[in-house]
Parts: sequence; structure tokens; C-alpha cells
Amino acid sequence: MQVNDNKEFQPLIVAFCCNWCSYAGADLSGTNRLNYPTNVKIIRVPCSCRVNPMFILRAFQRGADGVILCGCHPGDCHYTSGNYFTRRRMTLLFSMLDFLGIERDRTRVEWVSAAEGAKFAATMNEFTEAVRKLGPNRRLEDLRCRKQ
Amino acid sequence: MLKISLDKLGKLFEAISASQTLYIPTDREDGAAEYKKYESGMKLSNNLNTLRSAKDFFFPQTENLVDFKMEGKNIEVIDVREESEDFVIFGVRACDARSFTILDKVFLADPVDSYYKNRRDHGTVVTMACTRPAETCFCGTFGIDAAAPEGDAACYSDGESLFIEAHNEKGQKFIDSVASLLEEGDAAKLDEVREKTRDILKKLPLANLTTDNFGGDKLNEYFNSDKWGELSQSCLGCGTCTFVCPTCQCYDIKDFNTGHGIKRFRCWDSCMYSDFTKMAHGNPRLTQLERFRQRFMHKLVYFPANNNGEFGCVGCGRCLSKCPISMNIVKVMKALEVK
Amino acid sequence: MQEAMINRAKQLLADGSVDRVIGWKRGEFVYDITPAVFTSAEELDADFVYDDFTAANVSKYLVKESKKEGKILAFLKPCDTYSFNQLIKEHRIVRENIYVIGIPGGPKLDAERIKANGITGILGAKNDNGTLIIDTVYGEEKMPYYEALSVKCLNCKSKKHVVYDELIGEDGDILDSNRFDMVEKLENMTAQERYDFWREQLSKCIRCNACRNVCPACTCEKCVFDNPDSGVENKAATDSFEENMFHIIRAFHVAGRCTDCGECSRVCPQNIPLHLLNRKFIKDINSLYGDYQAGEDTTSRAPLNDYKQDDCEASIVHERGVE
Repeated sequence: MQVNDNKEFQPLIVAFCCNWCSYAGADLSGTNRLNYPTNVKIIRVPCSCRVNPMFILRAFQRGADGVILCGCHPGDCHYTSGNYFTRRRMTLLFSMLDFLGIERDRTRVEWVSAAEGAKFAATMNEFTEAVRKLGPNRRLEDLRCRKQ
Repeated sequence: MLKISLDKLGKLFEAISASQTLYIPTDREDGAAEYKKYESGMKLSNNLNTLRSAKDFFFPQTENLVDFKMEGKNIEVIDVREESEDFVIFGVRACDARSFTILDKVFLADPVDSYYKNRRDHGTVVTMACTRPAETCFCGTFGIDAAAPEGDAACYSDGESLFIEAHNEKGQKFIDSVASLLEEGDAAKLDEVREKTRDILKKLPLANLTTDNFGGDKLNEYFNSDKWGELSQSCLGCGTCTFVCPTCQCYDIKDFNTGHGIKRFRCWDSCMYSDFTKMAHGNPRLTQLERFRQRFMHKLVYFPANNNGEFGCVGCGRCLSKCPISMNIVKVMKALEVK
Repeated sequence: MQEAMINRAKQLLADGSVDRVIGWKRGEFVYDITPAVFTSAEELDADFVYDDFTAANVSKYLVKESKKEGKILAFLKPCDTYSFNQLIKEHRIVRENIYVIGIPGGPKLDAERIKANGITGILGAKNDNGTLIIDTVYGEEKMPYYEALSVKCLNCKSKKHVVYDELIGEDGDILDSNRFDMVEKLENMTAQERYDFWREQLSKCIRCNACRNVCPACTCEKCVFDNPDSGVENKAATDSFEENMFHIIRAFHVAGRCTDCGECSRVCPQNIPLHLLNRKFIKDINSLYGDYQAGEDTTSRAPLNDYKQDDCEASIVHERGVE
């Protein structure tokens, strides 16, 4: 990707995708030739509930400007209930980040099934735009990791 | 002795900060005092001492030592050291002033710690005599006179004026730089103020504490004492005592991977932590009892053994007020002491 | 009260019902009280103390003490009983080895709050109808009693003992505490104001870990922040990010398990209001998943180990409150 100072800000988006639904959804959007921004870097996890709050913070530390977590729709979890736990955890975590004054649009949870390639692409487009508007992540950034 | 009226203190600070960075103890919103970089209008704290000690100026909690940049198979080593700017720390108490002498023994002994020395060379310590010592003070135990502090220059207040006296060349240079604000004053009343402070010091609850039965030759008396179990049983293993201590000087060196390079930094370490002095084989002190013992043996036995009898404590009393479970060097000394 | 406690402890030691007693030991001054284990009537007579300054919660010590041989007597204040119950629920303490006597709680005083009022040389302190009279090296000083209270006692949630084998004194009630007022005040600020508030507070952190080590809910054998293999272990916060991360993760890890005993804020040498982070989680849990008080019982499912199919979505965070 070319970085040009004259162009608009290119946010770095980390997307945690569950192996069974969302990652397959991302795959489908690819095979359907749907566009979604190259800003999105996907990390595949066995289940959305594998994502420890630390993962989200570490992503921000290492330069992410937005973090999105995708999993199976509630009720469709490959492991029956993983995403229900995820939902509670992430609700509380995002609420805490909001409480500490971190912009709330930098984080999101979205349920994307294996059949929803179009939804995956649309979500990523929308989320990337939202983060682009916020500008670079400064409040939850580790200055040591900033590239000079 | 040269003096300046107390109500002109602001002018003095302005004058100092015009030529170099000035740090003064100032009150925080929660009532605690801390050293802050002087800005116009900042008030000198009335508190006896700052929450964190003054050692931060010479030995900060974390500092970058060196950076590494990797490109392919090449590693570039970047020296991040910069010559420190001249700075003045104003209002250091006698206990903290002595702590620099103790830190010097560690960091300026061969091999000299150039990071520490750089800051030490550029910092001027201006001390302030105490007039209202607290119940937690026991600097007298270590032969420190709170009414006549060390440092490059010392200040004394008689309630109306602040008298300044140089102790060495650096202190003289400091006084010369603000000489236009100072006038010759009669220091006769100061002796009275000092005597009054010394009278209070004698009446403090810890005035009778002595180090007579501690020192470098007491290893066998204390190392295997059966008191350690009881003393350490409620220790939480936190680092509060070490981090507020003006003389604790242990540190760890670590690497941080930034994703595009390595930053090697050092940070304070605490002997109370389970991973203190961890080596390839593991940790030499496996229980909290051993870690707790290490801290006090270091201050009362090992340090004097290696430093001509100088103890690794200055009696500032910070650990007495700050320990979450109120276990501290005074209680240890009293429980342990074999006469 | 102290007298009655010592007498009862001596009785129980004498008839062999217990072998040890955990309580508080007198210090050099009126306020520097250390949690301690007593094994004899002589020790109890000499050093056992229970007064306005005995604020420490001893329940966490029982994790270790209850695994030793013999039975231990623990004196628990109402707030301590919640921590105790939570530890039982998490199978961290051996209940059979503990004899619990419930004792009336605070409010407790905090010497640091007295000192923050410029009072120094403290030798004694006495409450006289809302005025604290302090005996000092420099003569008698006065200050409002309320201002000298420990932060953990300012919004007492309950005077009720949720677990005990016997009581000394009377049991109280669950109180209407207004403990979420400050959280609410922060929630109503703008994101920038909240950010500035927390930056100011958390930048004071010296990473002494006192909050973690005193916390009755923090009983991991090895904390992730102490584990060099975790990638996040650090002995000092070298960047503002690390100050944030440590406190977010710590608060998150005790979310749903924190009983709001307030020990974290009591011990913080830098007076950071850490309890506000925990209370934010408690408030969110109460409003999103139904009222829940950790430590109230030993059987209910913790909110983060539980779910409902119709739980709210995480987007609720975006939909409510001010930006």
C-alpha cells in the first residue's frame, strides 16, 4: 500500500474473526469479488470468545486505530454459547474504554455468518470510514511503537 | 548570611527558572506534595516532604538506555543518551539530601553509571531545613540533622526570611546567579529556630531508635533470626516501600519490542516482587519471607558492610506512612534487635 | 469491642476450638496497624487491637492461612464477609478450617487523610460528635470527622454480615449508599473530560501493585503482569498506554467478582480512585444484566460466567450517554 501524505488518513483496522462464521464470511466476500478496504487486517480466532480483552488493547498498542470483533450470530456459535460470553465481555470492555475517554467508535462487535459475504464487506467499509473520521488513535496509543 | 524575604519567594523562583529548569515541591489536589517543574505562580508546598522522593531526578523510574533498529540482518545500535540540561531541585529535605550520598556510592563507584552521573553533574540540590518534623521522622537515627541539611546549598527559614548558604562550588554558583535578589541578613535568630527544631526532634516517638546493634558485622545475628516469619507474614509483596524509598536503588533492564525495533530500558525493581533477580535457573528467593528479609538485611547489614558502615536508610518515614499493612523498617529494627 | 473480641478469642483458644486468630496488631503510632496472626492469650493481650484505624480486610490472608493445619478464628467486618464469601465461591479458602466471628465495621479513619489536612505529628485521634480531635506533637488539632474517613468507608454499601459463625454486636442492614454517584458524574462528562480525568489520575501510578496484591479478588497464583512470558509483564509503566492497560485489565479481571470492598483505593500510595473503575463495572452489570452483588451468596453464577439469549448487544455503549 502506498502512503502519501497528501492523501487522506489511512487507518489501521484489526478485525478478529471467528473461524466458523466470520472468517468464512470474509472469504465469501472475496470470492464474490466484493471490495473492502485494505486497511483491514484480519486475525483468525477459533471462536469470538477466544478474544481476551488484552488482545484488543494490544492491537491498539501496536498501532491499530480501530478494532472490530466478528463472530457467529447469537445462537449459531459453533461451540453453542461462546459468542454469548463474548457479547457480555465486549459490552463491558467497550463501556470501560468509553468511561476512560477512549473514542467509542474505535471499537465494534458485529455478527457475520459464513453466508454474509456482503455484510462483511459492508461492515468493514463502514467501520473503516468511521475510524478514518476519528483520525489516528492517540488516546490508547503506545508512543514507543509509533513509527517515526 | 544572604537572605530573601519569604514574600519574595516567587521572584526568586522566577529568577532561577529564567536560566535553568527549576523543580519545587508543590501541593497536589489530594493534599500530597510532589516535585513539579516550576511555572509562574506555583506555590511552594507547606508539607514536610514529598510523596515520592527526590531520587527520581537522578535515578528516574524508567529510562531508555539504548535503541536497536533492525533492517534485514543488520542491527543498528542507537545511543539515546543526551547531555542533561542544568536544573535545580529546590526544597529538598535533609533526609533526601543524604540519600543522594547513598545513591552516589552505588552509581558513582567504579564502573560509573554515566546515565546517573550526567544528571548528577547537571543538578543543583538546594535543601530546606525542617521546622515541623512529623511523628514518622527518624533521620536522627542515621546521624542526619534535619535542622542543618546537606546539599549544594541550604535554606533556612526564620518565619520571615529565607537564608541561603552555599556548601560547595555548585551551591555558590547557584547563589551568585540569583545574588541580585538577595541581601545580607542577620542570621542570629536562626540558631534559635534550629534549637527549637532539635528540641522537637528529641521529643518525637522514634527519637530513641538507634543503629548501634546493626551494621556490616551483624550478618549471623540477624540472617537466621526466627523473627522474620512473624514480621513478614502479612507482607503483601507489593513494591510501595521500595518505590517511595529515597535510597532503594535496585533496577531491572528490559527490552521492549516496538514492532519495528527494540528499546532497551531500565526501570526500578523491587526486592518484594516474585520475579526480582530472576535468572536462567529461576529465582533465588522463593518465599515472601526471603524477599522481605532481603530488603531489610540490605539496608541494615549488607549495605553498611560494603560502604564503610553507612546504612541504606535515611529515616524519611515514607514507608512508615505508605505501607498498606504498616510493616516497616522501624518495626523490623525493634523486633529484630539483639542487644 | 476490642475487649470483648480478645476475651472471646482467648476462650476459643483455651477450649481448643481454634488454634490461631487472625486480627490486627498494634503499631508504633495510633494508626499504623498490621494484620497479624495470634497464637496465644499473651499475644492477644499485648498487641491485639480493634479500633477506628483497623481498616484492613483480612479475608485474603485466609487463602493461605486456611490451608495450614488447625483451625483459625477470623474477625470479619461486614464488608470483609462479602470478600470472604466470594473466596469460598471461587474455592480459594477452606471453609471448615475457619471460624468466623462477625464484628461491627467502620467507618474507619485514614491517617493519610488527616495528614492531607496539614496535620502532622499525630499521636492520637478521637471523634467528638463529628469533630475529630487529634493529639499531635504540636498540640491539639481539630478537623471534621467525615474528612478523615477512609475512602473505602465513604460510601458504605452494607452493615450486614453475609456469613458468620457467631456475631459480636448486632447485625446491620444493606445500606442505600449512593456509591455510584461519582461514576455517574464521570459518565455525564464528555469523552475528552473523562480522558483528562483518568490521565491525571492514572499517570500518578507508580506500579507498586499494592492495589492488586491487597485485592481479595486477585488471587491468581501468577499474575499475567508478573509473568515474563506473557508479553505484557512490566515492573514499571514506561508509557501512558501501560498505565491504562494495567488498570483496565485488572478491573476487568475482577469484574463480576469484585465486592467493592474498597481496599484498592485505601492502599494506593498515590490516592488514585481505583474503586471507580470497579464500580463502573458493577454499575454496568447491574443495569445491563440485573442487580448483582458479588459475595452476597456462594451459589449464584457470576455475571461474566453467565449469559441470556436476549442480552443487549455491545452497540449499546454507542447508543447511550453523552459523547
